[in-house]
Amino acid sequence: MNPQSCVNINKEWDIVGARQLGREMAKEIGFSTVDQARIATAISELARNIYLYAEQGKISYEIIYNDSRAGLCLIAEDEGPGISDISQVMRDGFTTSGGLGAGLPGVKRLMDEFEVYSEVGKGTTIKTVKWLR
Amino acid sequence: MENFFKEKTDEYKNLLAEYLEQQDEKALYGVELVSKALIKHNILPEEIINIHIKALKELDPNLFGAFEHSLEFLLEAMISYGLAHQEIQTLREQQIALKSEISVAAQMQKTLLKTKKPDVPGLDIGVISVPANQMNGDYYSFLQNADGTIGIAMADVIGKGVPAALCMSMIKYTLDSLPKESLPPPAVLHNLNRVVERNIESNMFITMMYAEYNPETSKLVYSFAGHEPGYFYRAAEDQFTEFSTSGLVLGVSEEVEFEQAEIEIDEGDMVVLLTDGVTECRDGDRFIEIDEVLDVIRQFTHLSAQEMVQEVYRYFERLQDFQLQDDFSLLILRKTV
Repeated sequence: MNPQSCVNINKEWDIVGARQLGREMAKEIGFSTVDQARIATAISELARNIYLYAEQGKISYEIIYNDSRAGLCLIAEDEGPGISDISQVMRDGFTTSGGLGAGLPGVKRLMDEFEVYSEVGKGTTIKTVKWLR
Repeated sequence: MENFFKEKTDEYKNLLAEYLEQQDEKALYGVELVSKALIKHNILPEEIINIHIKALKELDPNLFGAFEHSLEFLLEAMISYGLAHQEIQTLREQQIALKSEISVAAQMQKTLLKTKKPDVPGLDIGVISVPANQMNGDYYSFLQNADGTIGIAMADVIGKGVPAALCMSMIKYTLDSLPKESLPPPAVLHNLNRVVERNIESNMFITMMYAEYNPETSKLVYSFAGHEPGYFYRAAEDQFTEFSTSGLVLGVSEEVEFEQAEIEIDEGDMVVLLTDGVTECRDGDRFIEIDEVLDVIRQFTHLSAQEMVQEVYRYFERLQDFQLQDDFSLLILRKTV
């Protein structure tokens, strides 16, 4: 399998494709069933955010290594409206109360590493990694 | 942790085997204990389903394919529950931290707003003020004037909780900054109104009453600013009468004029001052009537003033199932000689 791939998110159905590719790569790396499901859910959240707020963007996948340990790195990028208050969206109870799902704190919990960069009017980039245990 | 997990996984498998064979309650009780232990170690629901799938596979390698897939499906469905569970856990921890912070603030408020009951021969004073939550939006204070008169202030911020409590400190410090010589009650309210009007948001108001008692003449001079009326008990007639003066709540306009009136107190007479937390006690869906408050007070007139206010509070606390709807303050002043 190509260690680096990418899925464009333009419509809701693309979320399914994004999950699918993520799960296949996770399986290939050797993640457990539970972690495969967690990675797929994290991808769902990232892809839904793109679809709902930026309308279009992409998710890139990369198999990475750290001291012989393998991991899956996801990068979600869009050129949407951006996030004006990152602290607020990272706070528990902010998105879920609006019924939007687990939100970014959820993604952070599902994965091992999480970074978000955003500029209002320019877009958002989220990089997140899950390491094989 | 690794060992714990392995141990519980095996236990789960054995209990499941037992249950598949005998469907007995003992195995079900066993799994209850296992799941509680797993919760304690923050094991999420999807993990438990995974333990289940693995155990089942080991117990029955020929497991029907569709059934196994259905469990994988269930596991997927549980991921979001697991996230919600973790989020609630975090919020719960934050709430505990917040509560302890507020309780420190409440303690500080108590110290800040502390007032000493004046010791006047022939005058028995009882007072109680209990917040609905931790911070109190009611306030009472006694002032000992240089000329031997005593000032009695009672105030209630519209609203409760932290904002109301913060607002109260302002009343306290304004009262403290009044001159040592006694001022007529309308002048006291006028001063407070000016401070409140200048310093708080226009959507916040304070109701207040200020009275001055002169032990030499046994006269109580008072002025009200939109506050709950007081009640005067004349022992000779065994009757309560309402007393108040007209005057707008503090914080609306600097132009408000406050009025003054007075009553003369005889031996055995009582003056009852309260906040709307007392009159707006609720019994189920019904607001109580002031007559009910006065009847309860009457039941306890054989006690000291302090015991009276405490008994009245206990009565209404019970009536409301120990959940106050609003801050509750009650002050009784009785002339004993």
